[in-house]
Amino acid sequence: MGERQVERTPWGRFRRDRRAMACLMVLCMELLLVFLLPLVLGAEPNVSDLEAGFWAPPSAEHWLGTDDVGRDLLARLLYGGQISLLIGLSAAVISTAVGVPLGLLAGYRRGSWEFWIMRLSDLVQTFPSVVLVLCLVSLVGASALNIVLVLGLLGWTGIARLVYANTLTVREQEYILAVRALGAGRATILWRNVLPNVVAPVWCSFPMRVGRAILSESSLSFLGFGIRIPQASWGSLIQYASNLTVLTRRPWVWLPPGILLMVTVFCLVGIGDGIRDALDPRANRVIYHHKNP
Amino acid sequence: MGQYIRRRLLTAVPVFFGITILVFLMLHLAPGTVADLMGEGSGAAGSDRATLETALGLDQPLPIRYFVWLGGLLQGDLGRSYLTGHGVGDMIAQRVVPSLILTGTGVVLAVAIAIPLGAAAAWKPRSGWDRLASGLSLVSFGVPGFFLCLAGIFWFSVVLGWLPAHGMYTNGRFSGLGDLVLHLILPAGVVCISSAGELVKQTRSACLEVIGEDYIMTARAKGLKDRAVMVRHVLRSAMTPVLTTILSHIPHILGGSVVVEQIFGWPGMGSLLFSGISDRDYPVVMGVTVVMALAVLFTNLLLDLVYGLTDPRVRYGKG
Repeated sequence: MGERQVERTPWGRFRRDRRAMACLMVLCMELLLVFLLPLVLGAEPNVSDLEAGFWAPPSAEHWLGTDDVGRDLLARLLYGGQISLLIGLSAAVISTAVGVPLGLLAGYRRGSWEFWIMRLSDLVQTFPSVVLVLCLVSLVGASALNIVLVLGLLGWTGIARLVYANTLTVREQEYILAVRALGAGRATILWRNVLPNVVAPVWCSFPMRVGRAILSESSLSFLGFGIRIPQASWGSLIQYASNLTVLTRRPWVWLPPGILLMVTVFCLVGIGDGIRDALDPRANRVIYHHKNP
Repeated sequence: MGQYIRRRLLTAVPVFFGITILVFLMLHLAPGTVADLMGEGSGAAGSDRATLETALGLDQPLPIRYFVWLGGLLQGDLGRSYLTGHGVGDMIAQRVVPSLILTGTGVVLAVAIAIPLGAAAAWKPRSGWDRLASGLSLVSFGVPGFFLCLAGIFWFSVVLGWLPAHGMYTNGRFSGLGDLVLHLILPAGVVCISSAGELVKQTRSACLEVIGEDYIMTARAKGLKDRAVMVRHVLRSAMTPVLTTILSHIPHILGGSVVVEQIFGWPGMGSLLFSGISDRDYPVVMGVTVVMALAVLFTNLLLDLVYGLTDPRVRYGKG
């Protein structure tokens, strides 16, 4: 390893990681674009422009053309992006908010807590997630809120397992014994002593979870079981391409949402890797570093 | 050994009941009962409906109905479709083989590509193979399966016109193996790409870990060829974590092929699920769901047991 100046803070290390920073920049630009550009352009996603007609090709007025009933596709792309991004973020927040406490409890209290929480997570993980999500969404109705709830409440198992495994190690540490001997209550120990030591991997995986939720939502909407007209999401916009004429003759309809979707997910993966390296600078090296120092 | 088996079963039993209870409750919560649907056409009211409900056992309390349903499930009786009246068990049985063909081919291809690629990437980090491996896992994670399907159809069916984009056979019935293979290439390719990424990643990191061990240095020091070290020592020890990855990804792979089946009109369980959902035919939907979950549960259990029988370390470990 070359002798470089070692950054002390995680943020300092993250800032030096060129790939992660590039991903962060691209994602921020995309957020600005999706959330501010519609306001600047004053775009209307649900108004049919009868003059432009149906399936108009890109023009000065409609940069990405119009859809099957004359709605501006750029406006739908941007508003759809807002929905896709918000669904992904909120679903990941919900899974984390459910998964972390359950993992902590299972790992710290063991016994029947451990048994039931882990069996519940086995149960959820036995179902192919697409299938369970589809079933539940079709039962409760496909609105954006329901999709967020279903994705969020089914996505906690991975996080819970991560936290659980780390809690098992942390609870055996001597400092936990020390605070217990000092008379700290269980809740205090979990919150102040265990949680800070198990939460790092949750941060690393968080961006990826957002990405996964965005992908699940878009698959659902692409297949017509998620976000529906008049609302839009990137998945439901790509759905236009299941029409063969659109697929072959009008790539401007389905390529932009597809590209934005993939760019978002790639950036989220890059940011997740960056956070991982920043929180644990040796993680990358340790595998080349043989047993005898 | 007995204890290991007992422990495995002990964790599988609650999951089995959990799966069935969950699916039963979803089926119960679904709007519309059989009585509603069967009564509709004949204009059945009041007393007729009550008779019908008694005949179908709908007046029993929920727990009893669960056990009746479970008893039927264990005998392969999954209820009847609201729409056609056919037995759901039979409808699923017709779809199992196409699903197995598609998913099986995809997984076998993925394993055949991922394990050598992951090993090559671990052997020479930062080489072309390594870059190919990380590219594949990025595509596999970041590009949604439905977009791969679209891209495949666009390029190979429309632009080049080499491969069919729909169905399993040309005229809806079997007409030679070549025809089936042609129809299989695109969907199985998508299943393969979407499941290969995680495998490559896990193979690579498992191999990297083994390569750091002293006995690998010994093997190289005594003059073994790279290939022999890789196959005989590294891959053999790395196989356990790789197998675990394959196992834990079965639900994910199944879910992926459900979407692929729907897009390519492949006549498997996935497209049955989708048609059930669009028709609000809940017995079909729940039948497919419960069959898939139970298949995953039993495959895992079976492979776990085989694992315990073949690897002496598993027995005494935490299992």
